[in-house]
Amino acid sequence: MSGKVITISSGKGGVGKTTATANLGLSLAMLGNRVTCIDADIGLRNLDVMLGLENRIVYDIVNFIEGRCRFRQALVRDKRFPELYMMAAAQTRDKNSITVEDMTRVAREAAEISDYVLIDSPAGIEHGFRYAVAPSDLVLIVTNPEVTAVRDADRVIGLLEAEELAPAQLILNRFKPELVRRNEMLDADTVVDLLAIDLIGIVPEDSKIFSASNQGRPVALDEHSQAGKAFRNIGRRLTGEDVPFEALQKQTFIQRLFGSR
Amino acid sequence: MKLLKMFRRRKNSSQDIAAQRLRLVLTHDRANISPGMLEVLKDEIIAVISKHLDIDTNKVIVDFTEDNRETRLVADIPIYTNRTRRPETGSAKGDPATS
Repeated sequence: MSGKVITISSGKGGVGKTTATANLGLSLAMLGNRVTCIDADIGLRNLDVMLGLENRIVYDIVNFIEGRCRFRQALVRDKRFPELYMMAAAQTRDKNSITVEDMTRVAREAAEISDYVLIDSPAGIEHGFRYAVAPSDLVLIVTNPEVTAVRDADRVIGLLEAEELAPAQLILNRFKPELVRRNEMLDADTVVDLLAIDLIGIVPEDSKIFSASNQGRPVALDEHSQAGKAFRNIGRRLTGEDVPFEALQKQTFIQRLFGSR
Repeated sequence: MKLLKMFRRRKNSSQDIAAQRLRLVLTHDRANISPGMLEVLKDEIIAVISKHLDIDTNKVIVDFTEDNRETRLVADIPIYTNRTRRPETGSAKGDPATS
């Protein structure tokens, strides 16, 4: 049985797509799943650095598509987990090096050997986004509680719905409960209400994210990190486990979540 | 504690402003019409309806409503009838109501 293909997208750049991909890849691997993370951001690759695998890349996705290597050769194994692999984006090429059909073929090959295939989508809603979401069974939309990020997320959700590409779920990233308490940040309830899609997780802002990317050691590996815990919980929800939402929200929101599930 | 809650609920917090601005922006993004074009549309609707009905142009509301990503354009157009008297000062369009 082939694995589930999940694309991580956002519309807006800098909201945490690559961070989410790396952490969810690790979280799913920690649960014993076979996982392949694919960096689809051709020309601006970063998933390798986020995972700390940048020194071990031999071939990239474009090399494979152009037939210069076999599929397995284009995968870098993460030594922390026996069944976690990453496929790097090509750094010196552009998005036009890949077609929708190419990405679909790559995702299908990856799904053959994985329980989960995670595709890190480029920002924007152009060709790069299109090929990244084309093969997916589920799209995780990453957004921040800011007007600009939510607006761009809505565009992406609209495109997915209009073209009936794949169901979408929301990750609210860089959430600051303290600011929400002071009425200085959009609360999760409002964002979910405006975007009208299901929420799969709220990831709090966490200063540990910086040292994590400094070291190429995602926060999901850090037991004491709040963001790491949030990502691990999203990983568990992806596997179908019913994990209660972390207590970051106003009472009404928590009550609503418990009430609806 | 109650006082604190009252402060929390303050209406013009930046959180509240963000939510209001987003609501408007998303509605126009989704319908693919700018706020200015909506005004033009409203004027055109008024012009068309006025040909057939005596309406209170000052109270016409043309706006979007959203329900779970379903958007509809709702026009609320009060009309003058035999029983509702047009105010004296109102600029009459079409046939004035006969009393």
